[in-house]
Amino acid sequence: MSQLAGLSDERLRELLRQMHLIRAFEWKADQLYAEGKVHGTMHLSIGQEATAVGAIAALNPDDYIFSTHRGHGHCLAKGADLNLMMAEFRGKETGYCRGRGGSMHIADLSCGNLGANGVVGGGLAMACGAALAQKMQSTGKVVLCFFGDGASNQGIFHESLNLAAIWDLPVVYFCENNQYGMSMHVRRSVAIERISDRACAYGFPGKTVDGNDLLQVYEATKDAVARARAGGGPTLLEGITYRWKGHSKSDADRYRTKEEIEGWKAKDPIRRFEQLLMQEGVLTPDQARSIESQAQSEIESAVEFADGCPEPSLDTIEQGVYA
Amino acid sequence: MPEVREISYSEAIREALTMEMRRDHRVFLMGEDIGVYGGAFGVTLGMIDEFGAERIRETPISEGVIAGAAIGAALVGMRPVAEIMFMDFVTIAMEQIVNQGAKLRYMFGGHATVPMVLRTPAGSGTGAAAHHSQSLEAWLVHVPGLKVVMPSTPYDAKGLLVSSIRDPNPVMFVEHKLLYPRKGPVPEHDYEVPLGLADVKREGTDLTIVATSIMVPRSLEAAEQLSAEGIEAEVVDPRTLRPLDMETIEASVKKTGRVMIVHEAPVTGGFGGEVAARIAGGAAFEYLEAPIKRFCGLDTPIPYNRTLEYYTVPQPETIAAAARELAAA
Repeated sequence: MSQLAGLSDERLRELLRQMHLIRAFEWKADQLYAEGKVHGTMHLSIGQEATAVGAIAALNPDDYIFSTHRGHGHCLAKGADLNLMMAEFRGKETGYCRGRGGSMHIADLSCGNLGANGVVGGGLAMACGAALAQKMQSTGKVVLCFFGDGASNQGIFHESLNLAAIWDLPVVYFCENNQYGMSMHVRRSVAIERISDRACAYGFPGKTVDGNDLLQVYEATKDAVARARAGGGPTLLEGITYRWKGHSKSDADRYRTKEEIEGWKAKDPIRRFEQLLMQEGVLTPDQARSIESQAQSEIESAVEFADGCPEPSLDTIEQGVYA
Repeated sequence: MPEVREISYSEAIREALTMEMRRDHRVFLMGEDIGVYGGAFGVTLGMIDEFGAERIRETPISEGVIAGAAIGAALVGMRPVAEIMFMDFVTIAMEQIVNQGAKLRYMFGGHATVPMVLRTPAGSGTGAAAHHSQSLEAWLVHVPGLKVVMPSTPYDAKGLLVSSIRDPNPVMFVEHKLLYPRKGPVPEHDYEVPLGLADVKREGTDLTIVATSIMVPRSLEAAEQLSAEGIEAEVVDPRTLRPLDMETIEASVKKTGRVMIVHEAPVTGGFGGEVAARIAGGAAFEYLEAPIKRFCGLDTPIPYNRTLEYYTVPQPETIAAAARELAAA
């Protein structure tokens, strides 16, 4: 038994499995798009798996998350049913949102996933409200709200973090700083080194971690969640990471170099975690291969499931606007 | 029969809020200065004494997060009633209202509910000029997923607000500043005025006036002037703009053959265009004896000067004049 972040060997391997599952989902998503099987666009999180998995690992199953436009990873880490998620991605009636939401709007209220969001910073304010509900009803639950470096420059970021602070809300704001808001590098969009430094303007703690180091993400989030659950109020976390793929499907990657992308691929959060687990004797090479191939076969079977799912019927087009 | 006591429009709103908060512990209020101050128009005055600061929750001047937090709380089972101090400031909250609150249910395949109310006072007549006088209801009516309510009497204000709080959808409850002190009969008991049901405020035979919010009492005043001249106007108050009760409006138009739509908001792109289009495209069209008329606010911001402000929006005598023209057409 290793003592990595106090997590059992089994739990550590499970977190590795989740990262593999996310990556396999994202590669498959990319492929399905190339094959013309999904329409619209999507925002892939390949390279950012450790922030999603590490942060959500610090929650209880009944805690809440708000996700972002780049949200497949959050959704899977929060325990989404892979079949329903793939069906939604394919726009099928059986999907999480009956094919109405697609890639950018997957929610799974049954497992506390209050939804991805098509608006940059769109979930920051709702996270205050969901956290307020927990506080007013003394549920002891916490809300984890993901957003990106781009969202940190929206006005609602200021409104939300300030409100969370003055009301001591049980919310953790997690900035996945992948260093680009579409094509604009964070050095050009933010004048300070660390986005987490903005926390001091609201009077609560902020911390920046290596977002490609799952255990750093986990431990920082665990502290923040404990603080929130104990009534200590919000925390602003920042994980520095990098998306390997473009912003969306329209991105020709004109704004960054191959060298930069390759340099970050060398900091692959999955390989790093795998190596660590092997060093610590938590994982054998055979287990590693098996986890990866298992993830791939799960994705294949989800694709098969989604293939067989019906399209939404046209006569249901207006259903679900009003309760 | 004992007479029903009379209370003001703002007292009626306060009574609805108070009764619902006593009935349902999930109901709470959020907004700027709604505690000891009582809200900019005194609507929530004294409520903090009964319910405390936890449920009469004062916010900083942050309209975006007021709306967003209400949506987030509703999404996980609370019943928030948020107040935006002036309707002009819903512009600051529009991202949350339009992109989030209105759409979550549909985007999530019908699995989410957002049972919240956003109260906000609209309208001119207070000399507060272009940033504190707008009537932006048409912006909200345009968004699938929202319900939009505009009460014109204390009775309707109470009953519609009770229905709005109990409704499982995001409801935009648009009040009017000049209506707040107006009194009318309001039963003390708990009652609902259903959303989506118009009310004929005055019966008439010669023309129909479809009026919203403060334009209802102004149209009723105009109707009295007209009556003295032998013209009987029927005044229909939709009460909820979305969902819209076209049946009641069309029944009236079929009866009178003439219709004028009166609202305070600027005429272009206003709610009146929607009503006119529905009448023109519906069963009442063939009963029309004259073109559908819109008599609404001018296409200008609300000016400061008293006289300019007065004539920017319909008034009883200008409504009467417009109605006279229609009756003669």
